[in-house]
Amino acid sequence: MKTKLTVNGRTHEVDADADTPLLWVLRDHLGLTGTKYGCGIARCGACTVHVDGRAVRSCRQELQTVAATAKITTIETLDQNARGKALQEAWIEHSVPQCGYCQSGFLMAATSLLERTPNPTDAQIDTAISNLCRCGTYPRMHAAIRSAARRLTTSEAP
Amino acid sequence: MSSNIRTPMDAAVNATTLTPNGEKPVTEVATQPSRRAFLTTGGTALVLGFVVPRLARAEGLANGIMTPEAASAAGVQLNAFVSIDTAGKVTLMSHRSEMGQGAYSVVPQILAEELEVDIATIAIVVAEGDPQKYGSQLTGGSSTVRGGITQLLKTGATARDMLVRAAATRWNVAPDTCKARLGQVTHTASGRTLGYGALVEDAAKLTPNKDVALKDRKDWTLIGKPIPRADTPLKVNGSARFGIDVRIPGMLFAVVERSPRFVGKVKSFDATKALLVPGVKHVVKTERDVFGKMREGVAVVATSTWAAIKGRRALVVEWDNTGIPEVSSASLTAALKTSLSSKPLNAKTKGDVAAALGATPAVDAIYETPYQAHACMEPINCTAHVTDTAAEIWGPVQAPDWNRGHLAGALKLPMEKVKVNMTFLGGGFGRKAFTDFPLEAALVSRAVKAPVQVVWTREDDLSVGPFRPGAIYHLRGALKDGKISAIEATMAAQNLMEQEPGDTPKKPNDNVTEGLAETYLEMVPNYQFGDVPLVSPVPVMWWRSVYSSTNSFAYESFLDEMARAAKMDPIAFRRQHFDSPRLHALVDKLESVSGWKDRKAGTGYGMSLTYCFSSWAAHVVKVSKAGTGIRIDKVWTVLDCGVAVNPDVIRQQVEGSIVMALGAAVTHEVTFAMGSAVKKNFDTYQLPRLRDIPPIEVHIMENGEPAGGVGEPGLPGLTPALTNAIYDLTGSRIRKLPFDLAKV
Repeated sequence: MKTKLTVNGRTHEVDADADTPLLWVLRDHLGLTGTKYGCGIARCGACTVHVDGRAVRSCRQELQTVAATAKITTIETLDQNARGKALQEAWIEHSVPQCGYCQSGFLMAATSLLERTPNPTDAQIDTAISNLCRCGTYPRMHAAIRSAARRLTTSEAP
Repeated sequence: MSSNIRTPMDAAVNATTLTPNGEKPVTEVATQPSRRAFLTTGGTALVLGFVVPRLARAEGLANGIMTPEAASAAGVQLNAFVSIDTAGKVTLMSHRSEMGQGAYSVVPQILAEELEVDIATIAIVVAEGDPQKYGSQLTGGSSTVRGGITQLLKTGATARDMLVRAAATRWNVAPDTCKARLGQVTHTASGRTLGYGALVEDAAKLTPNKDVALKDRKDWTLIGKPIPRADTPLKVNGSARFGIDVRIPGMLFAVVERSPRFVGKVKSFDATKALLVPGVKHVVKTERDVFGKMREGVAVVATSTWAAIKGRRALVVEWDNTGIPEVSSASLTAALKTSLSSKPLNAKTKGDVAAALGATPAVDAIYETPYQAHACMEPINCTAHVTDTAAEIWGPVQAPDWNRGHLAGALKLPMEKVKVNMTFLGGGFGRKAFTDFPLEAALVSRAVKAPVQVVWTREDDLSVGPFRPGAIYHLRGALKDGKISAIEATMAAQNLMEQEPGDTPKKPNDNVTEGLAETYLEMVPNYQFGDVPLVSPVPVMWWRSVYSSTNSFAYESFLDEMARAAKMDPIAFRRQHFDSPRLHALVDKLESVSGWKDRKAGTGYGMSLTYCFSSWAAHVVKVSKAGTGIRIDKVWTVLDCGVAVNPDVIRQQVEGSIVMALGAAVTHEVTFAMGSAVKKNFDTYQLPRLRDIPPIEVHIMENGEPAGGVGEPGLPGLTPALTNAIYDLTGSRIRKLPFDLAKV
């Protein structure tokens, strides 16, 4: 089945079964391997992408449920989003990643959090982000998210 | 964001829209750069490598550090470990894998210390598997720094010395009147300088000096600094390529249905429906080698991972399970407990334990730990391309040299026809040192005559194994004058070395005391440590910190129980059992940073002291009551790893070890029923999440002791410190893992 899909500002025609999860379309059909497979049951968040600005776990989002008008953003263009870029910089500043495999998903989820809650408390971060990391990079994430939020709210101030 | 790291997949990094469906042609995959290939910025270069010490000794070479010319004259293989080109660019071969532990940053940091270059100018090239060139490439045992630091310092110093001598000759001055710093040699008196690039041609003609003096520790400018990791920028924008991201022109994707009973054989399979799934190209029987015995499976090979997964759902396999014991968690536990009453194979004994224990030991307790999965966030996978005459794999492997040897043997190919390329590893924890999954991918590729990426689903990853073995310990102890007078310890567990039906382990398992601060034993007059190995069809192997991960729960809980029996403070009780000033300094630090002496009512404090891969770790966990259960308020860890190369990377590793230990203590375990591991995913094998993590405060001891391990030593002591804290608060002793914090 041929489907039109807009990813990172480019429209692709994808030939994949209607039930193919968006994750595998991105990875195997479009070569966007920054989005990771972790569990296939939407529990770990390694596959998180943005669909119309909302964080979505792409391993359980079938191609047929993605609207033809949907705008999909992946980690590969996260730096074009001011919040995403601030988070990437904060992640570097706080040396968050270890193996790095799950970090795309965390950054996509954190960006989505800052869109809704520009200055989250630690408790709000804990509630909003339920992604999994096996290296245990969690202890640095609260500080990294808060420092990105600070930078953004300061730079947005008149 | 740029990076100085080049992995074998870098040519593909630019091919952002590649596909097996032919939407855009794929860039040719880069092969391992030859010496010539990475000397591209300038021309002639100074190249220095070292001959693997074992081979250097065999060849009678006094100093293993040589130029390629000298190596060629001596007829030995050199690894071109470091090279500097005429533009002054430094390239370092990384022969170990990067699995989260910061190898690509810490290794250059050590080299740059003696080479006197700006660390940011060092490019990393990831080496392929080649034991003749690099010796052991196993990234395990927390060995990257502690095993490599001396060689790295010597190699850097030897190269720097050659550059200084080349400059001195140019200026006609004595070498000791010149200084090297930040990629330049300066003649101190005249202020003349020359960059390394301008000196490499001359330097390359010199004979390396033997035993160039290394810097004094107080003169170090890089070692000991929290230099940011070079791989971080690649890991925040999706550009780091892991094994699962490998893309090869014409490649196919496969998933494999493996025997649920571990050692079951394929009796028959019906591929009819699987082959009807669009995209499925082949269904083939395959196998992989687990400790010398082949494990069977059926691979579904397709044009995409999803098509392969769907195809596998439609596949019907009939297994022959004749003669395979039908294990369950209950049967394994029962067998282990029965084992405890058998006569153990004693690894370490001293004095007369039976007499010292007498009829009523002070402590007599059994501690139980479960089987665990490694659960790397990047599931097991490997990409292979095997033809009749050659084999190449790309994958997240912890031991590229082992894979190369194993593949050559199994595929009956000469070594030089087998190429092993390491990618970034999305976690390893011991599992990816195993060579079963690359061989499986290679056999599937050979069968279908195409490059194939085999991906293990998360359910495969959590249910096929090998697992960390569950271990049960029986510990008895006696006290005399408030000190330990006897310890009798028996471990019942599958032995990692001899574990399968048909194996008959006869040798004692020396690892029965791994993790234990053995310094204690000098003070204990009577002891006996032994094991009773269990043989079962369940495959087992190393898991981060190996035996320490279970041993330490038993020993450090036991020591806490002994301290309580002696009516002593747990820290004061332990202090009686070692003399070492180094250990006393560690424990003093732990006591002071954790506020151990100022504990308030309503809080529980527990501690542990462990030794793992040449480093000491001491933990304090503080807990309090929360609802019907327990909340962990804080964790303090003090690590003594000798020379601390990069404190920030060390903190990362300790934080990660604590999180990994916490999950194994309180949330997840592998269970068995009807002969198989119970199928689990992250809904039933629950890892800790952000909200589950207590504040963690890590302190690193500063001393000049030899470098110890970092990746694992922080793990073993967390759990006993936690359960000891719970005892301190509630008086209830937890002797079985995992347990539920909400129901303590």
